[in-house]
Amino acid sequence: MKFKLLYILPITLIALMTSCKKDNYDEPTSKLSGRIVYQGQSLGFENSQVPYELYQFGFGKVGPIGASFAQDGSYSTLLFDGQYKLIIPNGQGPFLWPKTASGAPDTLLINLKGNTQLDIEVTPYYMIRNATYSASGNAVTANFGVEKIVTDPAMARDIERVALFINKTQFVSSAGVNRIADAGINGSAIADPSQISLSVNIPSITPTQNYVFARVGVKVAGVEDWLYGPLEKLTY
Amino acid sequence: MKKIISLSIISAVISLSGCKKDSEFLDIPPIQVIPTETAFSDPALVLSILGDLYNRQVDFSSLDNGWRSFADFSESFPSENGSSFIVERTGWGYGEWGTWDYAYIRDLNLFLQRMGATTKLKDIDKVRFTAEGRFLRANYYFEMAKRMGGVPLILEPMEYDYKEDVTNLQVPRAKESEVYDFVISEAEAIKDQLPADLNDRSRATKAAALAMQARAALYAGSIAKYGATTPSVSLPGGEVGIPAANAEGYYNKALAAAQQIINGTAGPVSLYKVLPNLSENFAAIFLDKSSVNQEAIFIEDFRAFAGKVHGFTTNDQPYSISDEGGDAGRLNPSLNLVESFEMLDGTFAPLPTTDGAGNPIYYDNQEDIFAGRDARLAGSVLIPNGVFKGKRVDIKAGTITPAGVTGGTAGLDGPVNGLEFRTQTGFYIRKWLDPTIGSGRRGRGSDVAFIRYRFAEVLLNAAEAAFELGQTALAADYLNLVRSRAGFTTALAAGDVTFDRIVHERRVELAFEGHILFDYKRWRIAHQVWTGDPTTLADLKSNIGLATKKSTQPWGLWPYQVTGGLNDGKWIFKEVLPSRVSGSNRFQLGNYYSEIGANIRAANPKIVRQPNQ
Repeated sequence: MKFKLLYILPITLIALMTSCKKDNYDEPTSKLSGRIVYQGQSLGFENSQVPYELYQFGFGKVGPIGASFAQDGSYSTLLFDGQYKLIIPNGQGPFLWPKTASGAPDTLLINLKGNTQLDIEVTPYYMIRNATYSASGNAVTANFGVEKIVTDPAMARDIERVALFINKTQFVSSAGVNRIADAGINGSAIADPSQISLSVNIPSITPTQNYVFARVGVKVAGVEDWLYGPLEKLTY
Repeated sequence: MKKIISLSIISAVISLSGCKKDSEFLDIPPIQVIPTETAFSDPALVLSILGDLYNRQVDFSSLDNGWRSFADFSESFPSENGSSFIVERTGWGYGEWGTWDYAYIRDLNLFLQRMGATTKLKDIDKVRFTAEGRFLRANYYFEMAKRMGGVPLILEPMEYDYKEDVTNLQVPRAKESEVYDFVISEAEAIKDQLPADLNDRSRATKAAALAMQARAALYAGSIAKYGATTPSVSLPGGEVGIPAANAEGYYNKALAAAQQIINGTAGPVSLYKVLPNLSENFAAIFLDKSSVNQEAIFIEDFRAFAGKVHGFTTNDQPYSISDEGGDAGRLNPSLNLVESFEMLDGTFAPLPTTDGAGNPIYYDNQEDIFAGRDARLAGSVLIPNGVFKGKRVDIKAGTITPAGVTGGTAGLDGPVNGLEFRTQTGFYIRKWLDPTIGSGRRGRGSDVAFIRYRFAEVLLNAAEAAFELGQTALAADYLNLVRSRAGFTTALAAGDVTFDRIVHERRVELAFEGHILFDYKRWRIAHQVWTGDPTTLADLKSNIGLATKKSTQPWGLWPYQVTGGLNDGKWIFKEVLPSRVSGSNRFQLGNYYSEIGANIRAANPKIVRQPNQ
C-alpha cells in the first residue's frame, strides 16, 4: 500500500498542477451591447420579457445564447470574437421583426471583433411621444402622446389600452409585482392619441418613502408585450 | 502400468470433453436476459413487459408523482417551506409541463412490432395484448399533444444504419389535428379488441378506449373552436392550432364516443351512489376499489405490502391525525376553490363572513358557514371540524374578543402563517386521502388507486360536446346526472347550460384530478384567469362561477373563536392571504404549449419551435 501511494501521490499532484493551464479557456471578453431603437429613440419593455437569441454556427449542435432586453430596451452580452446571428423569436416584443418567407424570424448578422456597440432598429406598432410626469400631493400625472407607426392596414393593430403605472422600485410594468397602482383607459376611449393625460393616486407605502417610479405603457391589441415610455423617479 | 491407466483416463476425459463442437460450446443461451422469441412466446412474460409499459404512463397529477403535482394554479396552497416557490413565483417557465419521451414511444413500437411477428401466442391473447399496446401508445401521444401540440408521429421503431446520415430519422412535427386524429382513430380501431367488461380496471378496456376517444375529440374540438380567440397561439404549419371549421366534427365524435359508454355498450358503468351521506359518498368514489365502484373506468392501481404504494396520504394527512409525526398537511385547498362550490339552490355566493354593514357573522359551529353547499365540497375538501379517521381536525387561528382583538393559540392543525405541514388556508385535502389504518405511515404507504378516467368525467365530456353542438337539453340531462349526486334537487333547464356552467362543473367535480391546466388551456382562458395581477379580497368575492374569473393567488379562510361578550364560544371567519403568497400566477401566451428544448431542436432541425416563445 505504501509502495503504491508513493507513486500515486506525485502523479496526481503533477496531473493537477499541469492540467489547470491546459484545459481552461479564457473567458469571453468582447462585449456586445446596445439598445433596441426606432429612429434613434429607444423602446421600453417589461424587464426580462422580450428575449433575443444569438446563434453561432460551426461548432456542432446549434443552440441559442439567450438573454432578454432590460426595461429601457438596452442589452449587453459578453462573447468571443466571431460571427453571430441575432434573432428575436416570433411573437415577442411590441414591434415588427422581419421574417423569412417560411415565417421564421430573419437573422441579423453580427461580426463581433472587440467591444461592439450595436443599436437594433425595429418598427414598433406605436411610439410614445413627449412623456412628462409630475407628482403633486398624492397623485402622479402623466402627459404623453401615442403615435401610430405601422399604418399598413395588413399589419397595423389597434391600441387595446394605455396606462400609467407606478411602483416603489425602479421596475415598473403591468405585471402585478411591478406596480403598486395604475390608471388606464381603453383604446376605444382615447379621444386624441397625441394628447393623453392619466393620473393615479399614490397608495400608502410601507415602509414609507417619499418617491415613486412612474412609467406609461401602451398595450397593442393581439400583442402580449406592452410598449413603455421612459421611466422617471418622482419625489413628492 | 499404473501410469498407462492414469494417462489413458486423462486423455479419455480430455478427448471426451474437448470434442464439443465450437458452435455448441459458444452458443449458450443467456441466463440474465430473456431473448425476444422466448419473451413473446408466453402470455405471462408478455404481460410482464406490458406491465412495465403500463407503469411508464405519464399523468399530470398522479399519486406517485408526489403531492406537488396536485398543487399550484391557485387552487391550493403548498404548506411545505421548500415548496413555497409555487406561490412566490410570478408565472411559469415556457418549458414547464413538457414531455418528450420518445424512448417510451420506441419501446411501445418495438412491443407492437414483436407482437406482430410472434407466432407462438394464441390469437385471443395476441389481439388483446396488441390492442393494449396501441392504447398505451395513443394515450401517450394524447398526453404529448396536450402539452406540446403536434409532435412527430413515430409509429415504427426507428433504426440507425450507422452511415452517419440521420436525416431519415429526423421527422418533422405532425399537425396538432393529426395527432388528435391518430388518437381518435386508434381508439376506434382497438375498442372492439379490448374486453367489454370492466373486471380489470387497471388494464385497457373498451370503456377506457372510448373514454380516451371522447376526451381527445373534445380537446381537439375546443382547441379548434376557442383557438380562434387567441390567433397568435398557432403556427402556420398547423403544428399548433386546429382550423375552426373542424370543431363540429370533433364535438360530434366526442359525443358519439361518450354515448357508447353511457349506453352501456362498453360494460357496466354507473355513477357511484352507495352511501347515504352525499359527501361521504363522493369521497368514497376515490377510495372504493371493490366491484361496487362502477364509476372508475381506468385506474392506476396500487397495493400495500406489495411494493406499489404512494405517499399521498402521508404527505397530506391532517397534522394532528398524522400517522407519521410531523409528516402531514402539505396540500391545502384554497378559498378560491372552496367558495366556487355553489349553493344547493344553484346560485353562487362567497362564504358569508360579514353582514352588509361589515360586522362579522357569528356561527355556533365551524361547519355552519359551509352549510347548504354542494356536497362535493365536503367530499373533496376537509373543512374545519371535519372528520378524518374518526377524529375531528382542530383548525383555529386563535381567539378574538368582541372588540376584534385577536389572541390565544392556534389549533393543532393550524393555521399559522409559515408553519409548514399544517394548513395555512384553513382547509385540508380530502380527495384521495386514505382512511385505512396505517396509510399515513411512510413505511406502509397508501394504496388508493388513481382514477384516470371515470364515468362522471365521461358525462361532463358528453355534456360539453352536446352544448357546443347546440343540444343544450341533452347537455342539461348529462349535467343533471352528475349534479343530482352532489345533492342538487332542482335540475338545470336547457337554457341554464352556458359555457361558464360547463367550466364550473368540471372545476368542482374534477378538482385535484389533473384537469384544470389542460381544460383552461384548451378553452384558451388560462391567460385570462391567471393574469398576473394580485387577487384582492374584492376580486375573490366577486364573479364567482364566471369562467374567466381571475384566480392568481390562493386565499385562505381562518376561523377565530370568540371569547367574552354575548357571542362567547361562537366562531367568526376571516379571509386571509397566507403571508407566503408573494407572487401571482401569470400565464403567458407562450405557456400554452410547452417549449421544445434547444437540444431537441438542434438534433432535429425540422422541429419548428412553439409560438410566442
